[in-house]
Amino acid sequence: MKVTMTVNGQTRTGEVEGRTLLSSFLRENLGLTGTHVGCDTSQCGACVVHVDGKDVKACTMFAAECEGAEVATIEGQSAPDGTLNKIQQAFQDYHGLQCGFCTPGMVMTAAALLRDNPTPTEAEVREYLEGNICRCTGYHNIVRAILAASGQEVPAVAAE
Amino acid sequence: MYNFDIETPSTVKDAVAALKQEDAQPLGGGQTLIPTMKQRLAMPSALVSLKGIDEMRGICEDDDGRLCIGGSTTHAEVAAGAGKYPALAALAGQIGDPAVRNRGTIGGSVANNDPAACYPAAVLASGATVTTDRREIAADDYFQGMFTTALEEGEIVTEVKFPVPEKAAYMKFEQPASRFALVGVFVAKFADGVRVAVTGASEEGVFRWSEAEAALTSDFSAGALEGLSLSGDGMISDLHGSGDYRAHIVKVMTKRAVEAA
Ligand SMILES: Cc1cc2nc3c(=O)[nH]c(=O)nc-3n(C[C@H](O)[C@H](O)[C@H](O)COP(=O)(O)OP(=O)(O)OC[C@H]3O[C@@H](n4cnc5c(N)ncnc54)[C@H](O)[C@@H]3O)c2cc1C
Ligand code: FES
Ligand code: FES
Repeated sequence: MKVTMTVNGQTRTGEVEGRTLLSSFLRENLGLTGTHVGCDTSQCGACVVHVDGKDVKACTMFAAECEGAEVATIEGQSAPDGTLNKIQQAFQDYHGLQCGFCTPGMVMTAAALLRDNPTPTEAEVREYLEGNICRCTGYHNIVRAILAASGQEVPAVAAE
Repeated sequence: MYNFDIETPSTVKDAVAALKQEDAQPLGGGQTLIPTMKQRLAMPSALVSLKGIDEMRGICEDDDGRLCIGGSTTHAEVAAGAGKYPALAALAGQIGDPAVRNRGTIGGSVANNDPAACYPAAVLASGATVTTDRREIAADDYFQGMFTTALEEGEIVTEVKFPVPEKAAYMKFEQPASRFALVGVFVAKFADGVRVAVTGASEEGVFRWSEAEAALTSDFSAGALEGLSLSGDGMISDLHGSGDYRAHIVKVMTKRAVEAA
């Protein structure tokens, strides 16, 4: 079957099966491999994208369910000339990544948090990241990066 | 995952008709069903998505003052919109993580009746009514053991109606890896008595703790539970906790729920 959706502002159409996941559609049909698949069991959040403004796990939604939807992925976060957005820049400035595998999901989740809650507390940031697993950083610098992106003062060492 | 057809009806009537096909199954938010299908534990030939059915979405109040939640309403929508029943809104806001709450639905959770799921405790403790495309089912008749409900083949949960208690609270002892309830207790105090429902603990799925209900109906305080104990027999025993451990946690969570209500 054919499915058409808007991805990062562009209309994209592709041929899918019923079982085609949104993550597979983005990565394989559209070549947008920035959306990572870490677990494929709905646990890790590496695949988080926005569908109609909501953060969702792209590995736990079918492409066919996105007919007519507005999808935003990590590829659409920076400016067309490659300038990083505030959250991405803060991840770089505060070393919010090591291997970078979890980062697309972290950035998209952070973007959803800051849209609804522009100045979250540290506890709110940690709670919102419940569904995003990072095997490298131990989370502290991710939390600091998100606090920095929100324009708030960044604790020297985030609390345990 | 095996392949299947996906259908997107816009009315309950069309969904019920589509579910008459052999091996067709409803698709709510997919937050349980899609992982299950990936493991090939479910292999429907057709999925009928309920997400596009407007009449199954949203929160309203009926003439009896009950809070009525459409079956396709997401956990995030309940967390934000069930202010009239704060304990229920809080429960919805603690399910899984934000992305799960943006997709998962109350209808899917209640239909699935996972022994560690949160909503069944609220539905049972509130004495809610589960409305389907064909009938209304009282909570006490609806839950029939883990992953088992009164639903028939192809029956759709279209709405859940919650009487709003005077006081209520849900206390979840979270299993940190899955984020489901290792034990969850929902306490609801109504004018005519207290109801206590426990999830996560029993091999029979969600259940009412009647001794606690009696004690709390005569004295709504954590102290009223002091003399009670629950047996570990028939409780789930796994690497996260033994049956006795879970039985103990049920009492602790019940006390905390009473204090928080
Ligand atoms: C990482 C993670 C953490 C989670 N943590 C929790 C938690 O802490 N607490 C908790 O309670 N749950 C938790 N869940 C489960 C989540 O709440 C699911 O959303 C819910 O159990 C199923 O709802 P769904 O809408 O996604 O249903 P689906 O996955 O689409 O469907 C589940 C089942 O119900 C059927 N179904 C769906 N909708 C209906 C309907 N309206 N009428 C009849 N049948 C229907 C389907 O055919 C299927 O058999 C978690 C899930 C994940 C992935
Ligand atoms: S790949 Fe989707 S949650 Fe891990
Ligand atoms: S930076 Fe490696 S998983 Fe997070």
